[in-house]
Amino acid sequence: MELLKELSEAFGPSGHEKEVRQVLRRALEGYADRVWVDALGNLHALREGTGPNRLRILLAAHMDEIGLMVVGHDESGGLRVRAIGGIDDRVLPGAQVWVGSDRIPGVIGLKPVHLLEQGEDEKVVKIDQLLVDIGAKGKEEAQKWAPLGTPMVFATRFEEVGALVKGKSFDDRAGCAVLAELVRGDRLPHDLYAVFTVQEEVGLRGARVAAYANRPDCAFALEGTIADDLPKKKDVSPTSELGKGPAITVMDRSFIAHRGLLRLLVETAEALGIPYQFKQPGIGGTDSGAIHLAREGIPCGTVAVPCRYIHSPVSLLSPTDLESTVRLMRESLARLTPDVLQM
Amino acid sequence: METFRLLKQLSETPGLAGHEEPVRALVRDLWTPLVDELQTDGLGSLMGRRRGRGPEPRPTLMFAAHMDEIGLRVTGIEKGFLRIARVGGADRRILPGTEVVVHGRRDLPGVVGMRPPHVVPPDRRDKTLPWEELFVDVGLPEEEVKSLVRVGDPISFRREAVELKNGLLAGKALDNRVSVAVVTLALEHLSRASHAWDIVAVATVQEEVGLYGATTAAYGVAPDMAVAVDVTFGRQAGVPNHQTFPLGEGVAIGVGPNFHPAVVERLKAVAEANEIPYHIDPIPGRSGTDAWAIQVSREGVPTGLVSIPLRYMHQPVETVSLKDVERAGRLLALLAAGLEADFRPRWEDE
Repeated sequence: MELLKELSEAFGPSGHEKEVRQVLRRALEGYADRVWVDALGNLHALREGTGPNRLRILLAAHMDEIGLMVVGHDESGGLRVRAIGGIDDRVLPGAQVWVGSDRIPGVIGLKPVHLLEQGEDEKVVKIDQLLVDIGAKGKEEAQKWAPLGTPMVFATRFEEVGALVKGKSFDDRAGCAVLAELVRGDRLPHDLYAVFTVQEEVGLRGARVAAYANRPDCAFALEGTIADDLPKKKDVSPTSELGKGPAITVMDRSFIAHRGLLRLLVETAEALGIPYQFKQPGIGGTDSGAIHLAREGIPCGTVAVPCRYIHSPVSLLSPTDLESTVRLMRESLARLTPDVLQM
Repeated sequence: METFRLLKQLSETPGLAGHEEPVRALVRDLWTPLVDELQTDGLGSLMGRRRGRGPEPRPTLMFAAHMDEIGLRVTGIEKGFLRIARVGGADRRILPGTEVVVHGRRDLPGVVGMRPPHVVPPDRRDKTLPWEELFVDVGLPEEEVKSLVRVGDPISFRREAVELKNGLLAGKALDNRVSVAVVTLALEHLSRASHAWDIVAVATVQEEVGLYGATTAAYGVAPDMAVAVDVTFGRQAGVPNHQTFPLGEGVAIGVGPNFHPAVVERLKAVAEANEIPYHIDPIPGRSGTDAWAIQVSREGVPTGLVSIPLRYMHQPVETVSLKDVERAGRLLALLAAGLEADFRPRWEDE
């Protein structure tokens, strides 16, 4: 959990993943046989296998998170912003943010509720109407502290909440934590190409070049995925539920999982009594969407830690789910043989 | 104590209307060394008296700052999630993504969640969430939640107060902890000064739900003159300038039927004599502050209002200027110290 805390609190919106990369570099020191960074900023770590017929397995978890970017300065000194990645405008009002990697504190406030017209509180204040207030007096001072292009993230501390933990960016720092644990664990029969990717939230950009570069025989994307298990009026699927183990993707908007890898995951889980669930319906997309299309095509699967309230300042996950995800992956990789990859 | 630390501590301590115990304990600690006697009334307002040097019977000046804050309350438990309603004028537009503390059998940290954009169709994202889709999540299984939380339990916002550029501070409950800080600073000044009148500082309760604390406190103290301290709308983009006051450029002194002209004149005179910048806040009727209740206590109390400009009222990012806080503290202290033993607020034609 110490590593997840460090990862969650790191500053790393898409295109600005340096701080996360540094946390991971430190975490992998002494475990990875080779570590390198590519042209987009992906962090690659090779953990060599011990078996005679080693497969090249790519494991991808994205380092980037959603955030905001300064696109203008108001006369009042407020910062105009646009979203980096997918943000519902409704989570922004009342939020505290860290502006830039120096973490200048900023807040997002609205017109006081006392001054609203009847019914005005039903209307969502769109992001282009919002300002981030860092206390700057006027446009010039705002430009000095937060020039155009300055990225920002939610200012959220990692903490326990009941039996769960709370933090920002569990999508996908949860996946990063799982992947780091796999690299730090005992050596497996196969060569693990662990890649901590960049720019997933803006279009799976990092995974695409990482898959090309490493020529894997097969790949897994490790994610923090949607748990939509709140009470709802209509009985619709929760996508995944907290506390019920890793969520395995059969198909989503970005790819169809390789049948052999899927079978391997399910059989491993059942043989060892590791809890698991299928992610349904298959919404969203992951790095697998880019990886499976690399070169001549790569057998691919996605396994995720269920997280409530992703893409908001306060996501929650169950540490038990995270541990089960590490275990399911480790055991599945240990059982992986070339015939699993046959169509 | 340094103003930033004082205000941060006051901001971060919970104390919902009707559930002011934690903040009252803090204010008691802050005021104990600064007053001669402390007392709590039937509704829970805390009153600290500094005896003056004038001959008995001494007149009494009362300062009132409400210490309660807005928040939420548990209205139901479903699948382990808490259904909620507001206490005071909480703004539901800020709830998704906000951290809270549920004051159950013990304090439980929680969050108000938000379904991710992946599962909410874009055409459903242009309406704010109705109360029936807002839940507090304390991260515990249903049975455990049921054993720790009851319907009716209060929920307060949980937010670390932070310093912004130019000596601003942003946090929750600065409406009206900022004024509790002002009164505390005034007491600190007065502990090093001499004053003829008795000064009674009151941290009132239940202002946000109907000025109840000030009503009974004013009766109990029976002051000869009173000044309520509260917040007013601070200048922010999107709100017309005539409805707001700039941050860091002085306090606001209320004028209108709620305020006795002699109190207003005295406040202005003290500010001017000491180069404390101020604005006039014209309020044509109900001020919506403790001053409204105090004025009509017993046979009537000559009352004034000093306000601190604050941005984003009733949101957990309320923002004030530390300079305004310090100035207001000085203004109150100088007002109190300057009252002659025989001074009474009077009408010109009395």
